[in-house]
Amino acid sequence: MAIDAATVRKVARLARLAQPEETLEKLAGELNGIMNWIEQLNEVDTDGVEPMTSVVQVPTPMRADVVTEGGDPEVVLSNAPRRAGNFFVVPKVVE
Amino acid sequence: MSELTALTLKAALDGLTSKAFSSEEITRAHVAAVEAARTLNAYVLETPEQAIDMAKASDARRASGDAGPLDGAPLGIKDLFCTKGVRSTAGSKIIGEFTPTYESTVTANLWRDGAVMLGKLNMDEFAMGSSNETSAWGPVVNPWRQTGGNALLTPGGSSGGSATAVAAELCLGATATDTGGSIRQPASFTGTVGIKPTYGRCSRWGIVAFASSLDQAGPMARTVEDAAILLTSMSGHDPKDSTSLPVDTPDFASFVGKSVKGLRVGVPKEYRVDSMPPEIDALWEQGIAWLMEAGCEIVEVSLPHTKYALPAYYIVAPAEASSNLARYDGMRYGLRVEGANLTDTYEKSRAEGFGEEVRRRILIGTYVLSAGYYDAYYLKALKVRRRIADDFDQAFQKVDALLTPTAPSAAFQLGQKSDDPVAMYLNDIFTVTVNLAGLPGMSIPAGLDASGLPLGLQLIGRALDEGTLFSLGGALEKAADFRAKPAKWW
Repeated sequence: MAIDAATVRKVARLARLAQPEETLEKLAGELNGIMNWIEQLNEVDTDGVEPMTSVVQVPTPMRADVVTEGGDPEVVLSNAPRRAGNFFVVPKVVE
Repeated sequence: MSELTALTLKAALDGLTSKAFSSEEITRAHVAAVEAARTLNAYVLETPEQAIDMAKASDARRASGDAGPLDGAPLGIKDLFCTKGVRSTAGSKIIGEFTPTYESTVTANLWRDGAVMLGKLNMDEFAMGSSNETSAWGPVVNPWRQTGGNALLTPGGSSGGSATAVAAELCLGATATDTGGSIRQPASFTGTVGIKPTYGRCSRWGIVAFASSLDQAGPMARTVEDAAILLTSMSGHDPKDSTSLPVDTPDFASFVGKSVKGLRVGVPKEYRVDSMPPEIDALWEQGIAWLMEAGCEIVEVSLPHTKYALPAYYIVAPAEASSNLARYDGMRYGLRVEGANLTDTYEKSRAEGFGEEVRRRILIGTYVLSAGYYDAYYLKALKVRRRIADDFDQAFQKVDALLTPTAPSAAFQLGQKSDDPVAMYLNDIFTVTVNLAGLPGMSIPAGLDASGLPLGLQLIGRALDEGTLFSLGGALEKAADFRAKPAKWW
């Protein structure tokens, strides 16, 4: 299934990447090149194979539900692009 | 003081222990070497003042008799590791001037053992690349050049800064990370030793995430023993990384020099790819002969799904990356480009902040995870991944380790492959299987090609059996007696 400019536009939107219209065709070509190469996976018989999400066979550890760090707004905000007092300043979300 | 920068890590630690020189002396020698080598672009941030302070503190510890295993040894740190109070960028513009308020577990372990930080090392953006050309800081240059030539070569990637810094004697050793070959391929391209340990051996906490089920830290060094010393310090269980393995760390250096007599080493026939240069095939044969002379039994094995590892990787890694990199939204840290509204601000910040290769991988990852394609691509790749891991399980019932080439070529010219993503991806053809299966893999410099460039051989081991790799790596290193160094031109 070939990727066209409309698909690239949709995926870029999902990924929150501004993608100028004039770049969509070229990008579609590149992505098709990569996806066509990936298509060879269809040669592999994977019937009944369990998908492998992790190589770690140790069960996920539990930890006590306690606060370990926190309470230091200066540390949290030290890299903020914009701040006001102890808050991050972000664009308006609700009109 | 250039002789101090030429020492192996082991020799430097011995010299510090015997008080032949101080940490301040060897650190100053390295600071000077780093300054004189800026044309190689290995360091994106030099921290000379901090280095001298750490060196003086080390000398004081040594004087009072409580020196750690790495005390006073100056190291370089890949810029993917968060370092407290020191800018950490992962080679990306989107992280901007981000200065962590915490220390990664791996680097904290190195400082606990007394090491000194010289600065932060250049790398492909978010570790996505095989030539260092995707770095927002510009490519690193390989200190090696072809005999009689002066074309600039890549040190490989993504740990290109680490590789160049180690090869050009700009540190005694370096941290690096490996998601598909990012330690081993640059090691092969620069005549250095690099090991990606078993997934879970080193904590990922505080390392900027690329593909979390594949990422693993490891050392780059000039000898097998040096790599073993560094890995011993870097490793260890960390409750802050839930995939960190709750196992003890052996003294890896104790395995170097051990007899390898009677070990069974597999040679996977599927790694004999058609396009492989005859020199690399010949070096592989030489490696087989060396291990036979050392008393190993060589066994041909089959890893039938090898050719599917790279395509599977280029679904799994971008899928995980697209998810991991969703956090860079310009709100809490890093680059923000103000837009007309919130979504516009996200889209502009991310388009401006991510480089071309990273954007490409985010798009692939988003595409293969999107509705309607998830089963066909992502789930399929995870099933193929299981097949690949099963291949290794079968092989390791018959053998103790595997021997393969590390990379399908020697270092290539900067710019040579940057227009063809798939050609660039093929660099990792021999290394990426190991990440998919979570196994340890090590590259050892084994010889030079006809144009005078280093080539590496790769050893692959069972999960948590790095010890056998260090023994075999030591045997190969001894047999190869690789002493070539890049002629200093920078």
